[in-house]
Amino acid sequence: MQFMLLFSRQGKLRLQKWYVPLSDKEKKKITRELVQTVLARKPKMCSFLEWRDLKIVYKRYASLYFCCAIEDQDNELITLEIIHRYVELLDKYFGSVCELDIIFNFEKAYFILDEFLLGGEVQETSKKNVLKAIEQADLLQEKTENMYHSKSFIGYKKAY
Amino acid sequence: MPAVSKGDGMRGLAVFISDIRNYFEDEWRPRGFVCGPCSWSSSPSTTENRKSKEAEIKRINKELANIRSKFKVALDVCLVWKVLLSTARRNSFDRVQSPLNTQVPLCLAISSICPVFTGSSATKCDKALDGYSKKKYVCKLLFIFLLGHDIDFGHMEAVNLLSSNRYTEKQIGYLFISVLVNSNSELIRLINNAIKNDLASRNPTFMGLALHCIANVGSREMAEAFAGEIPKILVAGDTMDSVKQSAALCLLRLYRTSPDLVPMGDWTSRVVHLLNDQHLLLQTHVHLCQWRRPETLLSQLHASKVSDVWVPRQGVVTAATSLITTLAQKNPEEFKTSVSLAVSRLSRIVTSASTDLQDYTYYFVPAPWLSVKLLRLLQCYPPPEDPAVRGRLTECLETILNKAQEPPKSKKVQHSNAKNAVLFEAISLIIHHDSEPNLLVRACNQLGQFLQHRETNLRYLALESMCTLASSEFSHEAVKTHIETVINALKTERDVSVRQRAVDLLYAMCDRSNAQQIVAEMLSYLETADYSIREEIVLKVAILAEKYAVDYTWYVDTILNLIRIAGDYVSEEVWYRVIQIVINRDDVQGYAAKTVFEALQAPACHENLVKVGGYILGEFGNLIAGDPRSSPLIQFNLLHSKFHLCSVPTRALLLSTYIKFVNLFPEVKATIQDVLRSDSQLKNADVELQQRAVEYLRLSTVASTDILATVLEEMPPFPERESSILAKLKKKKGPSTVTDLEETKRERSIDVNGGPEPVPASTSAASTPSPSADLLGLGAVPPAPTGPPPSSGGGLLVDVFSDSASAVAPLAPGSEDNFARFVCKNNGVLFENQLLQIGLKSEFRQNLAITKPVDPTVDGGAQVQQVVNIECISDFTEAPVLNIQFSPQQEVQNIFKAKHPMDTEITKAKIIGFGSALLEEVDPNPANFVGAGIIHTKTTQIGCLLRLEPNLQAQMYRLTLRTSKDTVSQRLCELLSEQF
Repeated sequence: MQFMLLFSRQGKLRLQKWYVPLSDKEKKKITRELVQTVLARKPKMCSFLEWRDLKIVYKRYASLYFCCAIEDQDNELITLEIIHRYVELLDKYFGSVCELDIIFNFEKAYFILDEFLLGGEVQETSKKNVLKAIEQADLLQEKTENMYHSKSFIGYKKAY
Repeated sequence: MPAVSKGDGMRGLAVFISDIRNYFEDEWRPRGFVCGPCSWSSSPSTTENRKSKEAEIKRINKELANIRSKFKVALDVCLVWKVLLSTARRNSFDRVQSPLNTQVPLCLAISSICPVFTGSSATKCDKALDGYSKKKYVCKLLFIFLLGHDIDFGHMEAVNLLSSNRYTEKQIGYLFISVLVNSNSELIRLINNAIKNDLASRNPTFMGLALHCIANVGSREMAEAFAGEIPKILVAGDTMDSVKQSAALCLLRLYRTSPDLVPMGDWTSRVVHLLNDQHLLLQTHVHLCQWRRPETLLSQLHASKVSDVWVPRQGVVTAATSLITTLAQKNPEEFKTSVSLAVSRLSRIVTSASTDLQDYTYYFVPAPWLSVKLLRLLQCYPPPEDPAVRGRLTECLETILNKAQEPPKSKKVQHSNAKNAVLFEAISLIIHHDSEPNLLVRACNQLGQFLQHRETNLRYLALESMCTLASSEFSHEAVKTHIETVINALKTERDVSVRQRAVDLLYAMCDRSNAQQIVAEMLSYLETADYSIREEIVLKVAILAEKYAVDYTWYVDTILNLIRIAGDYVSEEVWYRVIQIVINRDDVQGYAAKTVFEALQAPACHENLVKVGGYILGEFGNLIAGDPRSSPLIQFNLLHSKFHLCSVPTRALLLSTYIKFVNLFPEVKATIQDVLRSDSQLKNADVELQQRAVEYLRLSTVASTDILATVLEEMPPFPERESSILAKLKKKKGPSTVTDLEETKRERSIDVNGGPEPVPASTSAASTPSPSADLLGLGAVPPAPTGPPPSSGGGLLVDVFSDSASAVAPLAPGSEDNFARFVCKNNGVLFENQLLQIGLKSEFRQNLAITKPVDPTVDGGAQVQQVVNIECISDFTEAPVLNIQFSPQQEVQNIFKAKHPMDTEITKAKIIGFGSALLEEVDPNPANFVGAGIIHTKTTQIGCLLRLEPNLQAQMYRLTLRTSKDTVSQRLCELLSEQF
């Protein structure tokens, strides 16, 4: 996989992960172009398209588009399930995930992704193992946080 | 995940994000997007959008200023402290120069920034901005960056976080580095240092973070620092599984960026053995976790690993398979043993019950990711030679095909996707092996079922996969049976990308038996096709029509139809090609003339049709002139009625047609001369048109009929060459692969062969960039390297011959002297002869190797730059050798003793008798003989130049031959050397 982008229905980029070295300018250009292309597609269309010399695999979950660029020999269907497994991981971790979770806890979304995919390849497909790793990190985090910050958290989730 | 607070610890960050989000109130959404698509689709109006954008930018700038000041104070405190300590040591001043270059009273500085004046400067800095704040601000910066704003500070603070002992700070530091630091950052040394420490920490969580960072950045600097270290971590007995799998993928990433820096070695065989599924064969690994942490957490971390026999968890195997697949592509021998291991592993997965693999079963499909990866790995190798392994693999593939026929275990799309992902990968492997007709046909039938599946994705993939299946001799016929379905897809699919695949498949399954049907379907689809794929369809139709034309009238009709339906998308190559074919086949010329004449009668016809029409009528208009309905005058008037609507290149072409008419039909000469004489031609603002008009008018006035007939003779046949349309289609289809490269090379050499052919003086006589001349060149590169441009009036021929034979000496003469020159100099000429000059320009910096490939041919007089980055690894005495090969090919020279009396006339007669033209007064030395000719073969024409230099005193000859093909030069030289 060459990169993964998460963007909203309005074309706002929510997460970007690049597995090939590209300049910031190039990244922005690719993002703009792809967001436009994918958003222009109708719901019933197929989830794959050719773009430059890459294959784009995307799927929409509510307001968010998950979009992966894979190489010629890569398997489209399994990439679709990579996306789904990632969504499942987010869902399990945040508990019925929504776009806001990814906005407010963007760093978590990145950490989960890193546990699941590394260097553009699947690292660990077991949901249990990925979440265990993140959970442990959270426990570590909580410990240190509690050491010197016991302020109450004003939740973004209260907003609705 | 219940009670975990998910570390929502950074209150300031949440507030900041909320602020930003408030500008887009309407984006708040109901929870739970896994459940299904939601119909929400309204978006804020553009003015609101702009306003909120402004507000967002304002808020961000405020935050940036805040963070900058926070970081700056921290920095200032450090600096003040350093200044303070040093000055305090020397003297006690009242005032001290602050880093901000303002006079700050010393005591004030101390009291306001650092109330407690104890301890070292380092602890003071931490006090000024503690780890938590640093983390929070770095996180805010990251968020701002991800919103799409530029961030130009904070890197240092992020690097500081890396060396924190607190996991959470370290983690944010690494995230910032992964997202924001580009490889050539100056900080890379500091980052590498932090990574090194974490890798050595033996704390699996820290090691994981460090490995993730390397895999995310993957720069060359990191490869240099860690490519040697990571294999050790990967195969070490005491590395935890989670670290192992990160290490494997980390190595994979480094190998992709810098394959030269990843050493192969003992570790490769141990990595291959990770695929082994025989538990008993595995070495016993007792976990020796030297890393001990006081926290109770540790027991949790280890709880799952207490067993004495170590069996790698499947994640490790998946990661290792990815690594092996990538490495095996370049080093197949090294990883050969992985084939049988992969087959047995795959076999176990395929035959397992869906519950066997527990968490690695995905929607009732056992280990789909690993299966796909194993099948992918097997595609790096030919079919296994060992019959047992081969049989087992065939069994696996059959099982996978069988399972596709079983009723689904779940209605969920994830189940069918995962199952079919494995199936498609298996089909790819079957196609790759291309050796089992039975499997190929089964695969084809399976794909045939998918062609009518209700899932668009499956239809798309079936079309795509069938494309490759069509090229196998075993399954080509089976693919062809689906033609009706595919044509139907072309007509009914609602998604353009699926239709595109259908076009591709029709193209791939086309052969002589169905070409007419497929071309007709493509043409009719073209009328309504999406603009984005029209050009490609046009190219495909043009290629198929030519390739499978039994009847060339069909071909001409097809191309004219193409121009009629999609004129704008017909590239130059397409209409060049139709003209080449019409000119080369006299059986179709009359038909072509008649058809274009009829097509031109349409009230609005495409300019490309005018071009083809103009060219063909100019050549073969006489073939239909007998018919009073297409008399010369009518032909001329018809063409001229389009003249004013056309662009300059087309008009130029039409002017050439007119002068050809003057030759073909003397009766319209006066009419044409009137047209040429008109102000709009003779005084045309366009130089090209004006020149043509003037010259053609003059030619038609002064030249006798004979001369006209010679100058304006019918075009000679074009040399047969690979269709340039094919090259264009390949170019459209993405960057060239290796095979493409070879083909380009071949095309180039073919073009070179065509090159020396004398350009007929007829239509293109007036000017060089005429469209008709392009027909020959097709924008190809100029012929092989020639010497420097001719300086005297001697002409090109002489200069070509004065080139000495190619010099590929181990060390070019004189280079030793030249080498000495560079001891105290960085720029200069390294080597020089009549043909070639090699300059050297060196810059010495700490730099890494990047080589830019240079075009294999160098044009005469041109300069080509080749960048070679060299790294000095240690001191040396022997100078590095730069081996440059340059060969002005295709020239052969022989010096031999005269075997016959050296009589000028006899020699001349022999050269003429040999079949070449004898060229007088070309060589500055009148005693030399110079000849030229063309050898015609069915496939190519080879231009030949020869020069024979007699030396009467020595009774010797020097014979030089230069042709467009080196083997021909060689043979001709051998033949002729015996003759004089």
